[in-house]
Amino acid sequence: MKNNEAPLLEMKNVKKSFFENQVLSDINFKLEEGEVLGLVGENGAGKSTLMKILFGMDVIRETGGYEGDILINGEKVQFNTPFDALAAGVGMVHQEFSLIPGFTATENIVLNREQKKKNVLSEVFGDRLDTLNRGQMSETAAEAIDKMGFQIDADMSINNMPVGHKQFTEIARELSKENLKLLILDEPTAVLTEKEADALLESIRNMSAKGISVIFITHRLHEILSVCNRVLVMRDGYVVKDVDSKETNVEEITKWMVGRDVGSAAANKDARIKTDAPNIMSVRKLWVDMPGETVRNVDLDIKEGEILGIGGLAGQGKLGIPNGIMGLYDAGGTVTFNGQEIPLNSPRKCLDSSIAFVSEDRRSVGLLLDETLEWNIAFPAMQVQNKYLKNYLGGLIKWRDEKAIHEVTENYIKSFMIKCTSSKQKARELSGGNQQKICLAKAFAMEPKLLFVSEPTRGIDVGAKSLVLEAIKKYNRENGATVVVISSELEELRQTCDRIAIVSGGKVAGILPASESSEKFGMLMISQVK
Amino acid sequence: MKNNTTTQMSFGKKLRRFLSDNPVPIMFIIICAVCIPVSGFSPGYLLNEIMTRMGRNTFLILCLLIPIMAGMGLNFGMTLGAMAGEIGLIFVADWQIYGIPGVVLAMIISIPISIVLGIFCGKVLNMAKGREMITSYIISFFINGVYQLVVLYMMGPIIPIKHSSIRLPRGYGIRNTVSLLNMRQCLDNLMSITIKGVKIPVLTFIIVGVLCLFFVWFKKTKLGQDMRAVGQDMEVARDAGINVERTRIISIVMSTVLAGFGMVIYIQNMGNLPTYTAHSQIGMFCIAALLIGGASVDHASIKNVFLGVILFHLMFIVAPSTGTKITGDSMIGEYFRVFVSYGVITVALTMYETKKRRIKSRAGQQLKADQKGDEADE
Repeated sequence: MKNNEAPLLEMKNVKKSFFENQVLSDINFKLEEGEVLGLVGENGAGKSTLMKILFGMDVIRETGGYEGDILINGEKVQFNTPFDALAAGVGMVHQEFSLIPGFTATENIVLNREQKKKNVLSEVFGDRLDTLNRGQMSETAAEAIDKMGFQIDADMSINNMPVGHKQFTEIARELSKENLKLLILDEPTAVLTEKEADALLESIRNMSAKGISVIFITHRLHEILSVCNRVLVMRDGYVVKDVDSKETNVEEITKWMVGRDVGSAAANKDARIKTDAPNIMSVRKLWVDMPGETVRNVDLDIKEGEILGIGGLAGQGKLGIPNGIMGLYDAGGTVTFNGQEIPLNSPRKCLDSSIAFVSEDRRSVGLLLDETLEWNIAFPAMQVQNKYLKNYLGGLIKWRDEKAIHEVTENYIKSFMIKCTSSKQKARELSGGNQQKICLAKAFAMEPKLLFVSEPTRGIDVGAKSLVLEAIKKYNRENGATVVVISSELEELRQTCDRIAIVSGGKVAGILPASESSEKFGMLMISQVK
Repeated sequence: MKNNTTTQMSFGKKLRRFLSDNPVPIMFIIICAVCIPVSGFSPGYLLNEIMTRMGRNTFLILCLLIPIMAGMGLNFGMTLGAMAGEIGLIFVADWQIYGIPGVVLAMIISIPISIVLGIFCGKVLNMAKGREMITSYIISFFINGVYQLVVLYMMGPIIPIKHSSIRLPRGYGIRNTVSLLNMRQCLDNLMSITIKGVKIPVLTFIIVGVLCLFFVWFKKTKLGQDMRAVGQDMEVARDAGINVERTRIISIVMSTVLAGFGMVIYIQNMGNLPTYTAHSQIGMFCIAALLIGGASVDHASIKNVFLGVILFHLMFIVAPSTGTKITGDSMIGEYFRVFVSYGVITVALTMYETKKRRIKSRAGQQLKADQKGDEADE
C-alpha cells in the first residue's frame, strides 16, 4: 500500500566501508516524488558508492554490504541485485554506455523486454521461440522517446549514432520501463554537446513534471542550479550540505566541494617556484587515446628540479598525459626531454632516457605480483640499466648479483617501513599501501631524472599516504630529480607539489602555484568539463 | 537530391571500400577465373559438379552460422555433430534400412548424441570465453578419441553390431569403410531433374532452402534476438537480464544437431562412410568455404555460405587438373587445395585482428584531426 505521507526515497544513516576504509558516513536525505536532486562532490567523495548502494550493484554486496536503511515510499528495502532495484522502480543511466552496438535504438530500448507473438514452434519449444512483434516494439520506443522530449532516430543502429544520441537512447530505455519512479543519471552531460545538454535538462524538467524523481550527478554546477530543486554536496564520504538550489550559487558549491577549511588549507610550506629553472621536458600538441582519459592538444613545460602536480576531475585526461608520454597508450605530438626529442609509443626509449613511471594501475602494470619483493624492486633497473648484474667474460654472460639485490631491497623496506615477512615475500601478499611503496622503490632504484607518479595514494590508508608523499618529496629534494605527481586529490597535491596544473576537458586549463586557494583550483577543474 | 550527390561523389571510395572489405572472395574469383580456362573442363561438366557438391556440402556449412551470430566465432566443434551423424549411419547400415527411411532414421539417432555433445561443448566454451575457437578445435580432437573408443572397441561387445559386412574380421569394431550403396544419393535422386545434362538434386536443395528460411525466421525470434545481443556484448546482455550462458549453450547445441543432419546428407551423397576419417577434415573445409564466401569471425550470412561453397568447390574441381596441365603432376593440385584451406583460415583470422586494430587506431587519428581543426578555429 503506498503511503502518501512518506517521501519517495529516504536514506537513514547509510554507511559503507571497503575493507575498514570508511567511504560513506551517516548519509541522510529525503527525496520527494517529482523532485530533482543534484548530487555534487569531488572524485572520491562517495557519490558513486552511494548510487551503487541505491541501485543494488553487485560490488556492494561482494564487499560486505552497507549499514543503515533505505526506504522507498516509507518501506524499508534491500536491493541485492540491480534487478531488484529495477523492479522497485529505480532506474540508472551509467557513465559507461550499456548498449548493444549493432542494434537499433528501438531494439536497445526494449532489450529483453521485447513484445512477442506466439507461433507453432514456440508452443512446442517454449516462449523463447516466439517471434518479435516489431510493430509494438517501435510503439514502445516511440512512446519513451516522446516522454524524454528529445527526438532520436529509433531505427538508427547505435554504432552509427553520435555519442550524445547514445546517451539519450539509454535514458529512453529507462523511461520505457513503466514502473519507473526514480531515475539516477550519473554524469549524463559529460558526453553531450551544449545544445544536447540543454535538451537533456529540458527533458529532466519534463520527467519531473510527470512525477518521476531524478538524482542528477554532474560536475557542471550551472546545470545543477538550472534544473535541480535541491543540491546535496558530498565530501570525503559525508553530506556536507543539503540546500535549496535557489539559495546558493556556483562559488558557494565549489567551496563546499573542495575546501576543508578554506583559507587555512595546509599548502606545501616549502613550495618553491623556480621561474629561472630550465625546462627539463616540454610537451607540445600531445594527444593521447586512452579510453576514458582522452588528452587533446596539451602543451606543458616541466621545470628541472620541481615537483609538478597534475590534478583534475576523473575522466578529464590527467591520467592520459603520463600514460601517453610513456608510450602505454596511442599518442601523438612532440615531447622533448633535456633538449632531445623522445619518440612516442615506445616505453623503452623513455626508460633509456632516464624517465620512470609509477602507474596508477599497480596490480597489472606496476608489479610482478607472483614474484618476490627483491625481484620487483630490482627488475626494471636490471633490465634497463644493467644494474645489479655481475659481468663475466667481458659482459658476455650476465648473472644476477643476488647480494646487491637483497641489500637494496632491505634498504627500501627499512626506509619506507614496508610491512612484510621478508624481502623474499610475494608482492601479491602485501596490502595496497605496501604494494604502492614497492612500486615507488622500484622506480627510485632506477634513479630517474624525471619521475611520473600516477595516483600514488589511491586506495591506501592515511598513514601510508603521508609516508608515500614524504618519500616522493624527499627523493625530489635530496636527489634533485624532477617529479610529476598525478592525483585526483587536490589537497594532497597542494601539500606535496610546487606548482599544480589542472586538466579539464583533455586540456591544461591552467597552472597555479600550490599556495593558491582551493576555490581557484576548483574553478579551473570545472572550467572546460566536456 | 543531396543524398544523390553524395552517392555519386563517393562512388570511387565505395568501390575501394568494397574491394578492401571483400578481399578473400575477390581473390578466389580471380583464382577461379584463371584456372577454369587452363583446366579445360566444359561448362556443362563444371556446372554438374558444382550442383552435386552444393547439395552435398551447403547444409553442413549453414550450421556454422548460429554460433557466429551468438558471438562464439567459427565453431570447429561442428565435428562433434558430424561424428553423431556417422554413428547414426553406422546403426542404420547395421540394421539394413535402405533409402530415404535410412537417411531419416540416421538423422533421428544423431539428435540425442548431438544434444549431449553440444551441451558438453557449450559448457566448456562458457568456461573459455574469448578463446572459443581454439577450445572447440581441441574439443573436437578429444571427442574424436572418444568416438574411436566407441566405434573401435565398444561396437560389438557392448553395443550389438549384427552385420558382419561392417564389422572388423576380429569380431568387434567397425571396418575402415562402411558401404552405404543402398542409400547412395537417394535424397539427391528423388525429384531430381536434368536440364541439358546438368542434374539438379531438387529435394536436397529444398531441404537447404527450408533451413535457410528457418534461419531467416529464427533471427526474428526472441531467442535469435538474444543470441545477437549476447554475440555483440555479453555484459550488456547480462545486465538486461538475458541468461548469457544458457543462450550460448543453446546456440552450440543447435549448431551440433544441424551438423549431424548435414553429415548424413553429405555421406548419403558420397555413398560410403570412411569410418575414421570422414569427420577429421570436415570442420576445416566447411570453415574455409565459409570464409572464402566473405564471412568473418563475427559476421556471416547465408549469402556468404552460397558464394563460399561455389568458389571453394570450383577451386577444388579445377585446381588438380590445372596443376596437371601446368606442372604435369596431379598431386600439386591436391596439395594446393589443402594448403589453400589452411591458408584461407589463417588469412581470415589475421585480417579479423588487424581490422579490429585499425578501427582502434582510427580513434587516435580522429583525435589528431580534431586537434588540427581546433587550431584552425583559433
